[in-house]
Amino acid sequence: MNIPDGLKYTKDHEWVKIEGNTATIGITDFAQSELGDIVYVDISTVGQEIAAHEIFGTVEAVKTVSDLYMPIAGKVIELNAILDGSPEKVNEDPYGDGWMIKVEVSGSADALLTAAQYKELIGK
Amino acid sequence: MDLKYVPLNDLHVKLGAKMVPFAGYNMPVRYSSDIEEHMTVRKGVGVFDVSHMGEFTVKGPHALDLIQRVTSNDASKLIDGQAQYSCLPNKDGGIVDDLIVYKIKDQEYMLVVNASNIEKDWNWISQFNTGGAEMKNISDDICLFAVQGPKAVEVLQKLTDTDLSAIKYYHFAIGSLAGISNVILSNTGYTGAGGFEIYVHRSHAEKIWNAIFDAGKDVDIKPIGLGARDTLRLEMGFCLYGNDIDDTTSPLEAGLGWITKFTKDFTNSVNLKKQKEDGVKKKLIGFKMIDKGIPRHDYLIKDSSGNTLGKVTSGTMSPMLGFGIGLGYVTTDHAAPGKEVFIDIRGKHIKAEVSKLPFI
Repeated sequence: MNIPDGLKYTKDHEWVKIEGNTATIGITDFAQSELGDIVYVDISTVGQEIAAHEIFGTVEAVKTVSDLYMPIAGKVIELNAILDGSPEKVNEDPYGDGWMIKVEVSGSADALLTAAQYKELIGK
Repeated sequence: MDLKYVPLNDLHVKLGAKMVPFAGYNMPVRYSSDIEEHMTVRKGVGVFDVSHMGEFTVKGPHALDLIQRVTSNDASKLIDGQAQYSCLPNKDGGIVDDLIVYKIKDQEYMLVVNASNIEKDWNWISQFNTGGAEMKNISDDICLFAVQGPKAVEVLQKLTDTDLSAIKYYHFAIGSLAGISNVILSNTGYTGAGGFEIYVHRSHAEKIWNAIFDAGKDVDIKPIGLGARDTLRLEMGFCLYGNDIDDTTSPLEAGLGWITKFTKDFTNSVNLKKQKEDGVKKKLIGFKMIDKGIPRHDYLIKDSSGNTLGKVTSGTMSPMLGFGIGLGYVTTDHAAPGKEVFIDIRGKHIKAEVSKLPFI
């Protein structure tokens, strides 16, 4: 199970990469493997200011639908356009080409988990 | 209720399956990828362990009378070695379960029922067994492997002297497979991809499973989980009990008029006959998404003005078609293929079209 050290995580199985004022957000390797083949990433919140723990979109696997939660408060400034035609990127490269949104951060990152804490959460 | 385990549970875990509780059993839902497993069955061959399914034997001079009394299809038409899709209507217009009736020979039948309904069906059928047919629940003794796909026959033929190409759809033979005798080789399945279902005593299950995988090695045979089983059956428009049919849906509403034969009396046949004459008010339809979205169980189906027509009963992304497909009930005036309907997906009304079945 790939859980890169440099990222932050949430108990909802999202990862966050913070660079300056911008956060890139996706779902973890564990999340994609539990969900199975991702066939649709439905995000229509670009431009919106969203509080932490609120829903910013939905990810659909063949068999399941899961909401996506904001790990950190901020404004959604970009979504990964590749996912519209190639949602399988979330399975193939969850921390790379499978990223989901970029956010202009307005809230605190203090509550996010470290890689070690996330590893413990999923029991790996 | 305690979770039950199929005899080859540990083997599935070893093969890397994700196991989930389904119908009271710990079942393999996925080994690698739902889509890859789906395509394996459509293009090659895959094997499902569906040993959770229930099997009852019904024997004796009153066996056929009992089956005719409780099922909607006409089992008197069966010849030895023939199987028939049927259902158990309840008294209130709905369906207790759907099932397959196998005629082994005169006065000897096997009923194959859904795992979630084994006890319910047993009790239901038993109450009509006033003639004293000999009923036996052999569910725990029998393993069922569905070997499905265009290459299934070629693989299985290596393991048996029975000429599989001579067994027609919904027919079966009792023969030997991989040196094990008394195996039921049934040309049936829930995928539309062709292939056989293999009924074998649990004591021989592992030997049979391994022999099938050895025989299929050169055509890349794979184990297939319940996830792909659901998408495969949905592409064919086959009903799933508990989703598309249940205690409240009539077989006529569900498009199962072809297994509802008024050539005989059976549970609720008088009312169902009247329903057929009067016409049903709602119908189970297949629909495909025109705009982007994936329909799911319980989503509302609406007309262009936003009026609710009914509900989605099954839905998925079709791996073969690459867009969303589903089944659901709508009022009869919206049931014709080509009709425009809308699926309420998270508050947005996404355009879909009523489709003929199967989808592929």
